[in-house]
Amino acid sequence: MTAQELSWLALWGAVALYAIAMVASSVHLARVADAKVAAKARAKAAVAVGGPADESPAGASAARPDAAPEPRVRSRAAGIAKSTTLVGAILNGVGVVARGVEAGHAPWSTMYEYTITGTFVAVVVFLIVQSRRDVSYLAPGVTGFATIALGIGMTVLYEASTGLRPALQSFWLVVHVSIAIIATGVLIVGAVATVLQLMRDYRDNGTAWLQPFRWLEAVPSPATLEALAFRLHAVGFVLWTFTVMAGAVWAEHSWGRYWGWDPKEVWSFVIWVIYAAYLHARTTQGWAGRRSAVLALIGFVALIMNFTVVNIYFQGMHTYA
Amino acid sequence: MARVKIDNYAYANVPRLGLTGWLRWIWRQVTSMRVALILLLLLALASIPGSVLPQWPQDAANTQGFIDENPFWGPLLDRLGFLDVFGSAWFTAIYLLLFASLIGCIVPRCLVYWRELRAPIPAAPSRLDRYEPTTAELDVEAQAALASARRSLEGSGPQPWRWARGYRVRIDEREGREGAELALSAHQGHVRELGNLIFHVSLVAILICMATGAMLTYRGQALIVVGDTFTNAVVAYDSYESGALFSEGQLEPWTLTLDQFDAEFDLVGLPTEFTAHATLTEPGKEPREVESQVNRPIQVEGAKIYLQGNGYAPVFSITDSDGNVAFRDAVPFLPQDDVYTSTGVIKVPDVTSGEQLGFTATLLPTAVADGDSAQSLHPSPTNPVIYLRAYTGDLGLDDGVPQNVYELDESQLSPLRGDDGQPLVVEMELGDTIELPDGLGTVTWEELPRFAAFDLRRDPTLPWLLGSAIGALVGLSMSLFAPRRRIWLVAPVNPAEGQKTTVVTAAAWAPAHDAGVRDDLERVLAQTSGTSPAVAPTPEER
Ligand code: HEM
Repeated sequence: MTAQELSWLALWGAVALYAIAMVASSVHLARVADAKVAAKARAKAAVAVGGPADESPAGASAARPDAAPEPRVRSRAAGIAKSTTLVGAILNGVGVVARGVEAGHAPWSTMYEYTITGTFVAVVVFLIVQSRRDVSYLAPGVTGFATIALGIGMTVLYEASTGLRPALQSFWLVVHVSIAIIATGVLIVGAVATVLQLMRDYRDNGTAWLQPFRWLEAVPSPATLEALAFRLHAVGFVLWTFTVMAGAVWAEHSWGRYWGWDPKEVWSFVIWVIYAAYLHARTTQGWAGRRSAVLALIGFVALIMNFTVVNIYFQGMHTYA
Repeated sequence: MARVKIDNYAYANVPRLGLTGWLRWIWRQVTSMRVALILLLLLALASIPGSVLPQWPQDAANTQGFIDENPFWGPLLDRLGFLDVFGSAWFTAIYLLLFASLIGCIVPRCLVYWRELRAPIPAAPSRLDRYEPTTAELDVEAQAALASARRSLEGSGPQPWRWARGYRVRIDEREGREGAELALSAHQGHVRELGNLIFHVSLVAILICMATGAMLTYRGQALIVVGDTFTNAVVAYDSYESGALFSEGQLEPWTLTLDQFDAEFDLVGLPTEFTAHATLTEPGKEPREVESQVNRPIQVEGAKIYLQGNGYAPVFSITDSDGNVAFRDAVPFLPQDDVYTSTGVIKVPDVTSGEQLGFTATLLPTAVADGDSAQSLHPSPTNPVIYLRAYTGDLGLDDGVPQNVYELDESQLSPLRGDDGQPLVVEMELGDTIELPDGLGTVTWEELPRFAAFDLRRDPTLPWLLGSAIGALVGLSMSLFAPRRRIWLVAPVNPAEGQKTTVVTAAAWAPAHDAGVRDDLERVLAQTSGTSPAVAPTPEER
């Protein structure tokens, strides 16, 4: 089997496993939601029987559903989700490495390579966070994104590997692009957390179309999600700052100017500014919470635009893909 | 009395600020977080057209084309600055306002920070109830317990390290609700704030470097054919521009001779390596051999020479109808695609008699016939073929307007035609000599050297810029990852009757995303008593 075939098979395997993981983790999430709802109902009944046990006015405990003890849910789906995600990530990693071997250089010089590596990083970031605390509620979003992105990568973006152009043969390519990919992976997971934060927030506040989404009960409170999303975004932002700076050093080395407002540079800057605005909004009255979350998502959309629309349609010195 | 008060109250509500009042109000608005936020969003929004529409500084030809194609929108957008977004008045206004806001924001913050660093930190709150306090029983006296907690919180090690890692601590003896008590207050967050200030100051430094660099810089482009020598002077550049504070007299008169140019391609024609071998002679120094690759510029006296592009510069010698050599030179051809299909123009104004000659030519480095036409398959000169069209007439060089050397002004020229009346296209191989019809002369293609295009640039602010960027990155990391935490311990000075232990009430606070403060608290209590006290678990993440 050649490296190319190995890469191809491993990546398709990863797509399949991610898809299974997405389904399984969604099932698990629904179970957790059911258990939570049931536990809440029980707690409510207990309060009603016991009368106003605490000083808070009647009904206050119902308004604080999170006070109910965390139900522990063990489902087979959780185990399946966990193992398929892990094995999927390993296959994804094998696919990336094999591609690198096949191409003879680090696999991040075309959109296809960027996609397979970025997906891998996003899933690994999720697994790292997951190993420290239970964030299985992020799993459907992350594995779903990975399935779609990797699937599009395999079908639409695939390109046979080529040597690197001279402009890409540089230490700074490795630094700039690899950090860009890692930043993207971290920001993907951050965006998933932010989407959940907003959905949960709006559902709690009675937004009608979100009411049928009972699985959102399994997701932590908006404040907890906000805190998690902030940590991810903070890491992603620092990495993105570094990406932009390394890019400037690279541009200085190879094109003789560190900044030239090439479309790719414009978008990297726009993304950076939007995430900076998000960080400011978090500490601004009236913007903290929902509005800053929306800004983070706008930043994420710009990130995806930078990778798709800007790569494909805009002319510039970065059009290597 | 009452009426006066009401009047005063009403009066105070009327915005009668006066000029200084207004200015102060405006300044306070400009330096507010909300305005900073809005300016940031505006900056992002304003940048986008710069990536969508063609821009003068990036691609003048494309921009002109866009204006010509859109007779209504083109000139309108141009006038409104949309075709040079990053030099436009509105973009400049946004970022200058943002930086005014930034400076107005960080200067007072730096002062406050300086003062806070030297003042003691705030004392522990008189009631800890709001912070989910826990209690621990320690079998030591209050005094000793808090002193040991202080050591633990301040950390150990040499000073800067301790300052960066530890808490700032104060201990007060005060009158509590149940008699005299000792209150320890520990704050962490000075590193975070310092990082934030370093970050924002570095942003200002970056902007200053960029502005200064733009004034002190010069850059030029030069094309050197293998074997030729370039002398660093404004006239020798194909294009040259410099900042307002750089004068041409400051150019060092060094010379650069291009000895050899290696271009390597793989089988399908993708470039694998470009290397220019050159000899650099600086005034008053021995000539030295230098090498330049795409990512490795040549360093000369504060400037860098970047290898930017390359191509072929066929050498032609052309005789006129009288048999005199009217032209002999290398003519750079510009590559048009990945296989180096290149086009060039030869202008022969100095004919002995008769009309001037002009040629347009296309070079195929590895020509392969394909029916009627031909194509290049590879960028290497395996089978180089040139297709030449000849023109006679007036080249239009005499009217004093500088001409593009890569274009032929055909307005006063007529093509030479073949027997069939069609414009004549002559095919040449390397070394061929062709006779022009009607005895107009001959064209010989003698050699096929390569040329290298260089971009030269000097910007003395680059080291400063790099320093500021690193400062921004370090400051940002400190600002985002250094903790902001508070820990308080309160213990009665005299234990209650009959008790040998000290009951410490402890509480902690940190922003929602930082769960680590509970660990700090546990660690402190553990180290203070020597045993692991029962600290109530953090309210689990929901
Ligand atoms: C050039 C534009 C600016 C950029 C790119 C920028 C960027 C940032 C970033 C990335 C942070 C995050 C660090 C953190 O959360 O601790 C931050 C924080 C902060 N910025 Fe800016 N900033 C800019 C302008 C301003 C201005 C004009 C102000 C004053 C109004 C300001 C005040 C602050 C403050 C107070 C924080 C700390 C927020 C906190 O409590 O964590 N910034 N800034």
